[in-house]
Amino acid sequence: MEAQPNTPATSPPDKPARWVMPGLGLFQGLAVTGKNMVQSFYKKERMTTVQYPEERAPISPNFRNFPFLVYDNDPKAGLRCTACSICEKECPPQCIYIVLERDENGKSLKRPKVFDIDLSVCMNCGICAEVCPFDSIYMDGEYELSTDDRFGGLLFGLDRLSKSAEYHMKLRPEQASEVMARRKADEEKKAAAAAAKIAKAKADAEAKKAAAEEKGGEQ
Amino acid sequence: MVSAPSTYSSAPILEGSDADQLLRVSLGPQHPSTHGVFRMNVVLDGETVVSLKPVFGYLHRNHEKIAEGVTYLSSMPYTDRLDYICPLSNNWAYASAVEKLAGIEVPERAEYMRVILAELTRLINHTAFMGFILGDMGAWGSALMYAFRERELILDLFEDLTGARMMANFMRFGGCRNDLPAGWAEKCSVLVDDYGPFLDEMEKFLVGNEILLARCQDVGQLPKETLINGGITGPMLRAAGVNYDIRKADPYGIYERFSFRIPLGDKGDCYDRIMIRFLEMRESLKILRQALDQLPDGDYVNPKIKIRNFKPPVGEAYARIEGPKGELGFHLISDGTVNPYRYRVRPPSFINLTLLEDMCLGLDLADVVIILGSIDIVLGEVDR
Amino acid sequence: MIAETEAILGEIRTALPDATVTLLKNPGPAAQHSLLIGNDDLLRVAGFLREALAFDLLSNITGVDWPDAKKADAIAIHEGEGMPSEIGYLETVYHLFSTTRRIGPLILRARTTDRDQQVQIPSLVSLFRSAEFQEREIFDLYGIQFTGHPDLRRILMWDEFVDHPMRKDYVAPDDYEYEPTPHDAVLEKARKHYPSLKDE
Repeated sequence: MEAQPNTPATSPPDKPARWVMPGLGLFQGLAVTGKNMVQSFYKKERMTTVQYPEERAPISPNFRNFPFLVYDNDPKAGLRCTACSICEKECPPQCIYIVLERDENGKSLKRPKVFDIDLSVCMNCGICAEVCPFDSIYMDGEYELSTDDRFGGLLFGLDRLSKSAEYHMKLRPEQASEVMARRKADEEKKAAAAAAKIAKAKADAEAKKAAAEEKGGEQ
Repeated sequence: MVSAPSTYSSAPILEGSDADQLLRVSLGPQHPSTHGVFRMNVVLDGETVVSLKPVFGYLHRNHEKIAEGVTYLSSMPYTDRLDYICPLSNNWAYASAVEKLAGIEVPERAEYMRVILAELTRLINHTAFMGFILGDMGAWGSALMYAFRERELILDLFEDLTGARMMANFMRFGGCRNDLPAGWAEKCSVLVDDYGPFLDEMEKFLVGNEILLARCQDVGQLPKETLINGGITGPMLRAAGVNYDIRKADPYGIYERFSFRIPLGDKGDCYDRIMIRFLEMRESLKILRQALDQLPDGDYVNPKIKIRNFKPPVGEAYARIEGPKGELGFHLISDGTVNPYRYRVRPPSFINLTLLEDMCLGLDLADVVIILGSIDIVLGEVDR
Repeated sequence: MIAETEAILGEIRTALPDATVTLLKNPGPAAQHSLLIGNDDLLRVAGFLREALAFDLLSNITGVDWPDAKKADAIAIHEGEGMPSEIGYLETVYHLFSTTRRIGPLILRARTTDRDQQVQIPSLVSLFRSAEFQEREIFDLYGIQFTGHPDLRRILMWDEFVDHPMRKDYVAPDDYEYEPTPHDAVLEKARKHYPSLKDE
């Protein structure tokens, strides 16, 4: 068929004449039903159900459900979240609630004191994971979360949201390894920068010292 | 003829003298044939419909007001929930409105991905429609199960790509959220090849069925001019023979590159509306085949668009696409801040209901159910 | 876009010389310019567009609330004579298409005088049936009175509802069922409404 922009393809539905032979259409339909029924006993593509919970359909590696927070090594100190509240602002149904932890002088410790996600409100969109600049929040694949406590049971705090970097690696190997590599490179860069800074400070101090000594020597 | 009563009670009420008794029936909101929480206040003279007033709002959540309070990106997952049978079309319509508003370019590969996803969505919608309309006719079971079996295969593809079967939240301003996973295009290609035989089977199952013919032919026609005047769009309009498909009439995306035809009906009755959808699915398969063959490499999203703190310039834009149900439009007004000043959805399901009463007057109550089914509404979009 | 809109404006001015029609420019990249029509001329202009210029599909009607008229002027720029309104108003935006000539959107705007008392705009239902539910929706959510509408009732909200929820100054009610939520704002509102919950 040729492309014919803006010309109608008048293909009126070819209709079977009404009541060609009464019952023929019904019989045809019944044949289709019969074929489907018989094939559902032996043909794989017609057997569409699985006996959950004994059997489970495979889940796509991309499947997303609810968010979780990633920590490296230590669940408290290693938490990547800095309580910057970007996800809280971007969350479409506003189900994230964050309180920044501060020390006694009121200085920010750059980690969350409270990080709550109300799963009964969350709409699994994944925008929090998308906007997070600290690789901290990702979408989980866990889906068996039913509980008999309607409010508390679905309000996940830091204890239930934090999961290790290994868990992330197991869940989404591709994404996690990419993130790990990037973080490692960043850390190395940072370490190098810090080392350079220390070296520079040292050199500056020595230069100063030398200058002072020189000055002292002159006197 | 009675005028529409101003207050409605749910119990059937007899009106008038014994000679011309009218029965007032509240059809819905919890009725399996109303496709959700939709209600029609029907006045019957015997079996004949004398008046029919649709009642909306049972699923109203003021989507437009919510969108005014959140960022542009945050509205994207809400659009999934408008017409929840075809979230990816809604995503595209919204994304293209923002792209028009901010003048964003979309890379080639993303355009192809969008076409593929939108046409798969059309397949899903029309396939599910076949099941639902048969359910409305009383054939609850087989047809719906066959339709949903095939729909599930497409939803599996969506899950592989977007992470969710239905609530995809996939399109982004200037492209898509992520690239196609390895092997996805091949899987999709297999599905496209297998879909034709399924359609053949489904057509055999339905098209010649005498019950379907008796119940659908010559039911619910209206003149072309009335349909256009009533704002009816999509398969409903084309079934009546009006050659108006936005993919051809006002091409968006890259639809101009594909060769496909617009099926037109001649009568515009419920039977034509069913057949049109079969033919549209076959055209969609053609588009899918071409798009999959031509799918280029490259960026899946415009890398210049920042995801946080996105602020389009001051102005307004209206963008529309040919959704599976009709013209789906988004009208956005931006005042230069992170939230839209005004966000309006032009919902095809809602506007296609405008002429419901005209179609039903003088017919039997049983025909009302078929006509409503043939309009193909989703209440998430009607009530917003 | 601007040339097309100006051409249509020219045709309207030739056919209906006494109609008040103003071109409003859209500063954004979409360049969808609109025509502001005086309320008294809206039906005449729409009828002319439908009959003479074949704009037969009134696709979309958007209601907009402008408590601050200056904001509206920044988005739809008023040029030439006739200064825009100083006080806030409500607005309807119409998107017209032609199914035969395959052109559009042609954007029309109509404005009320203010936001409280004079909120009338003529209804287009007599010309376009597609306006029926959309105008009801705008009446429901914005409170614009469409004069000449055959059945102007609330459509999405229930009949007993009093306010217009899409207006910018609408205050959401706080009498929802108390539920413990992590959001202080919601919790505070709920507590304010149900004083007995204060101690919890």
